[in-house]
Amino acid sequence: MVGIVGYGAYVPRYRITVEEIAAVWGKNAETYKKGLIIGEKSVPGLDEDTITISVQAAKNAIRHGAINAKNIGAVYVGSESHPYAVKPSATVVAEAIGATPNMTAADYEFACKAGTAAIQTCMGLVKSGMVEYGLAIGADTSQGRPADALEYTAGAGGGAFVIGMEDTVADIEETVSYTTDTPGFWRREGQEYPRHGARFTGKPEYFKHIIEATKLLIQKTGYGFDDFDQVILHQPNGKFPLRAAKMMGIPADKMKLGLLTPRIGNLYSGAVPVALANVLDYAKPGELLLVTSFGSGAGSDSFAIRVTDAIEEKRANATPVETYLKKTKNLTYGRYAKHRHKIRM
Amino acid sequence: MPHRKSLALVWRRREQRYKMVGTRCATCDGHFFPPRGFCPNCRRKGRIEEKEMAGTGKVFSYTTVYAPLEGFEELAPYVMAIVQLDEGPRLTAMLCDVEPEDVEIDMPIRAVFRKISEDGKSGIIHYGYKFRPNKK
Amino acid sequence: MVRNVAIIGTGMTKFGEHWEKSLRDLIAEAGAKAVDDAGISGKDIQAIYGGTMSAGRLNGQEHIGALIADTLGLNPLPSTRIEAACASGGVALREAYLMIAGGHYDVVVAGGAEKMTDVYTEQASLALGGAADQEWEAFFGATFPALYALLARRHMYEYGTTEEQMARVSVVNHHNAALNPLAQYPYPITVDDVMKSAPIAEPLKLLDCSPLTDGAAAVVLASEDFAKKMCQEPVWIKSSAQASDTLPLHDRRLVTAIDASVLAGKQALERAKLKHKDISVLEVHDCFSIAGIIAVEDLGFTRKGEGGKAFEEGVFDLGSDVSINTSGGLKACGHPVGATGIKQAVEVTLQLQGKAGKRQVDAEYGMTHNVGGSGATVVVHTYGRDV
Repeated sequence: MVGIVGYGAYVPRYRITVEEIAAVWGKNAETYKKGLIIGEKSVPGLDEDTITISVQAAKNAIRHGAINAKNIGAVYVGSESHPYAVKPSATVVAEAIGATPNMTAADYEFACKAGTAAIQTCMGLVKSGMVEYGLAIGADTSQGRPADALEYTAGAGGGAFVIGMEDTVADIEETVSYTTDTPGFWRREGQEYPRHGARFTGKPEYFKHIIEATKLLIQKTGYGFDDFDQVILHQPNGKFPLRAAKMMGIPADKMKLGLLTPRIGNLYSGAVPVALANVLDYAKPGELLLVTSFGSGAGSDSFAIRVTDAIEEKRANATPVETYLKKTKNLTYGRYAKHRHKIRM
Repeated sequence: MPHRKSLALVWRRREQRYKMVGTRCATCDGHFFPPRGFCPNCRRKGRIEEKEMAGTGKVFSYTTVYAPLEGFEELAPYVMAIVQLDEGPRLTAMLCDVEPEDVEIDMPIRAVFRKISEDGKSGIIHYGYKFRPNKK
Repeated sequence: MVRNVAIIGTGMTKFGEHWEKSLRDLIAEAGAKAVDDAGISGKDIQAIYGGTMSAGRLNGQEHIGALIADTLGLNPLPSTRIEAACASGGVALREAYLMIAGGHYDVVVAGGAEKMTDVYTEQASLALGGAADQEWEAFFGATFPALYALLARRHMYEYGTTEEQMARVSVVNHHNAALNPLAQYPYPITVDDVMKSAPIAEPLKLLDCSPLTDGAAAVVLASEDFAKKMCQEPVWIKSSAQASDTLPLHDRRLVTAIDASVLAGKQALERAKLKHKDISVLEVHDCFSIAGIIAVEDLGFTRKGEGGKAFEEGVFDLGSDVSINTSGGLKACGHPVGATGIKQAVEVTLQLQGKAGKRQVDAEYGMTHNVGGSGATVVVHTYGRDV
């Protein structure tokens, strides 16, 4: 069955706390910490961008899957912070991991769900026999306008998945999508920061699409929520996924492993991929995972993923997400501003 | 900012800078990075083949640069090092993900793929290797 | 049959920031002074070799050979520009020397010049960085001072050399420069001044580094016959040696020594049949303080690793057995890159002629040591009062 042959994640080592940001704008940190359920967020190094994050995650995935990069027939990089408006991130990534030249590549953008869109594309290519392996990446150095609520959450990181038919560590039993034209968060060409519809991004956007897609998956698979051992929902902050889970009747303890936003912020296209990687780090053979992403604009991709016996065999090859969650370096707002290229030189 | 580097000048080195593709002499097992087309030890008896370096090594020497090269201003102060690769060759690279005061000679390091510089805000972005601490 | 070659005239501009003078003006001044000093006329000269490192990037001017001949009114003489980074002047001197020694010419002018203040500092840094390997050093962010800092750090690690010992090199240079009216910084400094100056590429600080300088220098070389006929006090070039090594620093056998210096220094002494103790005036290429320490080690004036200690103990102070950088060196006399190798020859010539004013030392033989880049080119000359 089509599934995940290898996975890898990467999160930069730098962090900034909600307190540090709030102090700059005269805000009460506790309001954000409680309101958004966020403590700190990841910040890219000065020399990191979506491409470098993708390369590290992809290298980890290839090592984990123990595959030859030359057998990757497609590389898709999903992000809303591609360093180039025109010129693919995916070609740099493919070259750096040694997958070129007999392969196809493209960049994806669908707000925060471009990474799962890449997984679906790779599934199709693999199942149709067009490629042996597809590499799906979701990564971002998320943007948020200074002083905007997004500044407290917009983090950096990414996850990569080698999709194939053989030696899978987790099979993707089913995937569905729910898509409408609902603007809640956007960034126009040439604009530095995204804009958003504040509370409009909640009910008609995030909750509507997450819930509808998940319902569709449940319908199609015939599973009940009880059948799932772990649930991962897109996590723009710490609060939304927990509330969505509650609305659907999913117990909070199934959300724990797959909710990283409170520690690393919203990784946008990287959010669900990194969360899924973290869940797989701890997953046992036979476990069933429910994954639903969300991208503004808007759409959700929902997946039912069954962990296989190979998860244990390949564990030694993995670079656990936890590797990137400890030994971090906290930044002052001044240095954060430099890291996010907010200082005019 | 003027365009400092032509496309071809940077592009033709992508194999080396992205993946550390060097060479090895099958006769003497000498490793070369950047790659050499002939073995300086074996000369005509040398048999050169392509060899990707593992990217692990240690700090041979280092300096914290406070007066940066044009195009590297934002990174200053940054640490430049001579890196001794485990395969033998030495090279010059920037260290990353480390504070200058924590760097020391013989510190284990490994290569990571990073943005090196860019040809101005509208120009091409140059990627390549940097080295970060390799904690066991 | 190799012929003897003498320096029969010297000339140089003041080293410093010449806001009102162009590269052409500097060349004209130094060239005219050297020819006047030799007491010859233009029609005696048969060829010109001029060293400049980066006129193209610093002044937008290439075709420097033609510019020199034109500026000095010496058309249609053959005039050739030599480029060997910071060793451009020394290599120009060597080419001129070889042409006379080999019997091709009897009178040749060798000069060097650099006009470094016509660009913004960062452009000057980029130009100087051109001496480094562009693909494997500069591409990754290595500045020129960074390369010498890498050398310094390793030297400190292997031999226990200290930042204070490096500072002493700058102090010695400034002491001597204070006695040289043509020096860029004719005033003394202290170890404390160096230690408290801004970090550039640590462990190197601002006062460990040679400055950006405008300046030119020229010498007139002549065959033995011509020199004896025309010159009261010729200074003889006893030997000339040049060696090369890998362009990037990291590829060298050692990072704490410059093998090309070791080889060129050894060859120069052998060819001149001189011993270290014969040399009492020595101009070394101290583009950075650590370079001065490594130079005295590589040239064999101290044992390996003891250069820092020697400077600290005053072994190379003015008037000692071997006085180093009586001109003030690159650090304090200034470092107009292409001119430096020629300036070193001018200084040793003045010392051997007894014309070095307040900084005069008692010397029979002298040596100059000129380095290109981080040590990929080294050229060494020895000089004496007797043919």
